[in-house]
Amino acid sequence: MPGQIQFDLATPERLLVSEPVDEVIAPGSEGEFGVLAGHCRFMTTLRIGELRYRKGTEWKRLSVSWGYAEVEPQRITVLAEIAERAEEIDLPRAEAAVKTAEQQIAATTGKHEEMAAARRQLEKALLRLKVGKKR
Amino acid sequence: MPSLQHIRRKITSVKSTQKITKAMKMVAAAKLKRAQDRILSARPYAQKMATVLKSLIRGVNRDQHPLLHRRKARKIELIVITADRGLCGAFNANILRRAQDFIREKREAGFKVGISVVGRKARDFFRRRDIAPRQMWVQIFDRLNYAHGAEIGQDIIGRYIEEKFDELYLLYNEFKSVMQQRVAIDKLLPIEPPEAVETVTGSYLYEPDETAVLARLLPKYVEAQVFRALLESAAGELGARMTAMDAASRNAGEMIRKMTLVYNKTRQAVITKELMDIVGGAEAMRGG
Repeated sequence: MPGQIQFDLATPERLLVSEPVDEVIAPGSEGEFGVLAGHCRFMTTLRIGELRYRKGTEWKRLSVSWGYAEVEPQRITVLAEIAERAEEIDLPRAEAAVKTAEQQIAATTGKHEEMAAARRQLEKALLRLKVGKKR
Repeated sequence: MPSLQHIRRKITSVKSTQKITKAMKMVAAAKLKRAQDRILSARPYAQKMATVLKSLIRGVNRDQHPLLHRRKARKIELIVITADRGLCGAFNANILRRAQDFIREKREAGFKVGISVVGRKARDFFRRRDIAPRQMWVQIFDRLNYAHGAEIGQDIIGRYIEEKFDELYLLYNEFKSVMQQRVAIDKLLPIEPPEAVETVTGSYLYEPDETAVLARLLPKYVEAQVFRALLESAAGELGARMTAMDAASRNAGEMIRKMTLVYNKTRQAVITKELMDIVGGAEAMRGG
């Protein structure tokens, strides 16, 4: 059993997590990756997705949107633009956000940028809903 | 000598002013605590980002990314951050004076200078000057969040890449302590790696690759810097207002004390004069 690693997750508004953990699984832009102690130095951008970390046998979930992760043998630092703990997600609000985003997509005039922005909104909203429901 | 009624009216007026300044001080103090906490909780992100950025920049060619590339500077842009409201001592005046000095200096050195403003006070100030702000953000301090930093950051990055200006400076009040703000002027673009951070040794594996990571990171760095400046300014404003309103309340107290003294003296004089009149009148009656 490898030792624990220091896991820090910071957003511009606050330091969300800062504690030793056993394992972290994060949504890298090139695919999900898991980190245990002794991982090689590694840096990647993140996509919108679910981030999980384990302490003992207990898994905790967060939704993260954009950012990047820096991995060192004894520490992993995640800087995310938006991150929320699963237990903090307000489900009714997340559902409403999904609806708004869907409407936006339906209402776009076909302009590429508009469409992309609306898609991102929907993706974010769906993720929050998914992570929020798993708590 | 002013009449009794006149003095009384003045005292009442100063008292109600004092009530307002006291309340403003209290409100500022309560909000200040929150603003300070926000700065503290925003720090880890900014610091970690600076560390990562520094180790990244060392390994790359500066010309690779437009935000790092040093162009020959001809046009300079200054972002002036003030508060939306006044009644906070010299907080806004300090910034605006420094802004004017900066513009004059750079113009004399042969640069073209443009400005953008954050905060109503800066907007109103430059509205009456010969330099029109390119972009204005007002009334954001009541509901300040990271989205504002991101919006301003993206706006200036866009402009910078279009080569509307070659250097960008940020002028704001830095929060030193509750009593003290420092006027700070930071060069934001092109990005200079921050000096005072620990360096990370060894190289990384990048995914997707170094350039892509850098391209993602640099704009975020600019956004985070803008956001930090906004937070500093917001906290500084509250600190300055608290101090200013505290001084104002004390001055009002002093005025009330002095006027009450004059009021009592006048009142006594009036009573004495009336007594003298009565006594004088009685004497005259008896005599007659």
